[in-house]
Amino acid sequence: MAFPELFMVIPGPPMLSILLWLGLLMLLFYFAREPAHQAIRSLSRTFHSSLRLAARSLLLAERRLAGRNKEVLLASSRESMERVIEREFHRVDAVVKRDLAGYPSLQRALADQIARLEEDYRQSSELSPPIPTWVEAVEAVAKIPSNGDPTVSKVLEKIQVIVQNQQKAVMAEYRKNISHRHGLLKRMIPYWRRMTDTLEDVGKTITGLQERSAVIDRRMAEYEEIIANSDRAEQMYASSAMTQFFIAGFVLLIAIGGAVINFNLIALPMSEMVGGGSYIGQFKTADVAALVIILVEVAMGLYLMESLRITRLFPVIGSMDDRMRVRMIWITFGILLILASVESALAFMRDTIAADLHALRQSLVDAPATEPVNSWIPTVGQMALGFILPFALTFVAIPLESFVQSSRVVMGRAATGILRSGAFFLRVLATFASYTGTFLIHFYDLLIVPPLWIAGLIQGRQRNGQILSPKADHSPRSKIKVQEESA
Amino acid sequence: MKQLAWVATLIAVAACLMGCADTTSRARGVYMLLDTSGTYRTELNKAQSIVNYLLGTLQPGDSFGIARIDTGSFSEKDIIAKINFDGRPSVANNQKRLFKEKINGFIDSAKGSPHTDITGGVLQAVEYLNESGAGQKHILIFSDLEEDLEKGYMRDIPFRMEGVQVVALNVTKLRSDNIDPREYLKRLEQWRQRVEDGGGSWKVINDLERLEKILAG
Repeated sequence: MAFPELFMVIPGPPMLSILLWLGLLMLLFYFAREPAHQAIRSLSRTFHSSLRLAARSLLLAERRLAGRNKEVLLASSRESMERVIEREFHRVDAVVKRDLAGYPSLQRALADQIARLEEDYRQSSELSPPIPTWVEAVEAVAKIPSNGDPTVSKVLEKIQVIVQNQQKAVMAEYRKNISHRHGLLKRMIPYWRRMTDTLEDVGKTITGLQERSAVIDRRMAEYEEIIANSDRAEQMYASSAMTQFFIAGFVLLIAIGGAVINFNLIALPMSEMVGGGSYIGQFKTADVAALVIILVEVAMGLYLMESLRITRLFPVIGSMDDRMRVRMIWITFGILLILASVESALAFMRDTIAADLHALRQSLVDAPATEPVNSWIPTVGQMALGFILPFALTFVAIPLESFVQSSRVVMGRAATGILRSGAFFLRVLATFASYTGTFLIHFYDLLIVPPLWIAGLIQGRQRNGQILSPKADHSPRSKIKVQEESA
Repeated sequence: MKQLAWVATLIAVAACLMGCADTTSRARGVYMLLDTSGTYRTELNKAQSIVNYLLGTLQPGDSFGIARIDTGSFSEKDIIAKINFDGRPSVANNQKRLFKEKINGFIDSAKGSPHTDITGGVLQAVEYLNESGAGQKHILIFSDLEEDLEKGYMRDIPFRMEGVQVVALNVTKLRSDNIDPREYLKRLEQWRQRVEDGGGSWKVINDLERLEKILAG
């Protein structure tokens, strides 16, 4: 007997059996309506609650991460701000030491200059010519009537000559004095100029100090905001970190390009040193060796920058005493110089090998040998590149530091974003689960519409019957009424 | 700092996992068989360009051998030239120059052989390649693949050539092939069957303008 025939309970057309089964199923569904509703409701509520709980956990994690991000961001900002302020103070200190340390001597010099000027001025002040005390005597003598006396005339003439000579001598003395005073005043000019220059220098220094102090004030205000954990500081430094991340990433990409060129420059000649047929894993030993040389150069560059205190990736190097640090600077610079020289030599060798390979290939295809034009230019260019690139790679340390520091902030922000999105998605799912439960309940009822309709009709009739013929009123109010009547 | 340390450690571990575990040889071994039988001797000039191409393509550390197919080819005497290229490119270039001169000399003075023992040559090639320790093994057969053994020579031997790629080059059609092409196709099929039964792979390149396919995959 085939499986469908099992369900043919009524002989004849299959539709009757199908209708019968459908009716039975409906009845079954109708009687199981309440438990089914409860099952659907509890299932949807379970999903809803679980998803809401998961969303809440994610939100909590996101908040915790955001808090941690803020702490890290503000800590690194505080550190960098401290460095900036420290540098500003160092500058002020340098200015004070350079320009104002000699202030006492400067003051002394100014005082000396002023004293000299005063002395010169005093000396140059014009003195009135001496008052001729004998003028009155001359006038008295001149009033004596001569009366034709030749002796008197002679005396008077003599007096005239003496007076004239005296006047000439006085005038000469007067002019000499004037000339001397002019000389003194002329001598004052360079003193005045020198003093003006000195005062201008002092003025510039003071202005520079004022500008520095304004910068320090600004930085201090920012620093105070960081210390106060303000949101404004967080936003400001977060956007700054994002900018740093992209700029540093871009510069690192450029550096990677330089490293690739460097690699191609030395990979072929390295095969002359370590053999072209040997492999380390899937990579040619020559390629690995070239890569190692470039990585060593980058590492040396990092150490050099660290020793110069330009970057602060390795606190151990930064905290070394100055003598050791200077030694390290020279050692790393020496290694870099040697590596640069090696690269330059390798670049030369590369050119030779490439020329030999080119000649071989030409002979293999029986082509006439062609003389390269200005063959020394690429050779020298390659050698120069080989020498310069290691030093250029040294500066990778600066963007690398920025990238590492800013990537922590950027990754933290990205993680919080992902967590927030996850929480939102889970909430949407929770709502969906809740509404799906409601939908399934309604859909269940939709499947058993006929029995529900019939049940509704029956219940309606019963309700109508109860309203039309109330057999007994058992309500408390009627009981009270009966008691009152009996009393 | 911690991040840097983590990244460095990860790179080191990954490099070790990828690299240190891999000990297979990357060197290529190529053995070329040149048919010098009477009918095919005139085709040898074409072989010269193939040899030149291979010399330009093979890298330091690779192995290259050339042998002729004559009456009895399972012999070291039939090897015209063989070389393991030095790891240093400059030395390898000089080796290639000498190799080329040697092959040119042979092609100019090669004499035709009365019989064609291809199977013996292939067996010799497999032996050479296995000894060379090359990671990729290629046997190039420059022949019309018409075997003509001298009486008494036993060559009904199955090949053992796992991992060897056999490339038949310039498989010219004989006069009888022109009359009945099925003979040509049957000949190719027989050789393919023998090579693949021995564990090798089979390829035919008749267009010598596409030499880059010789050592490909």
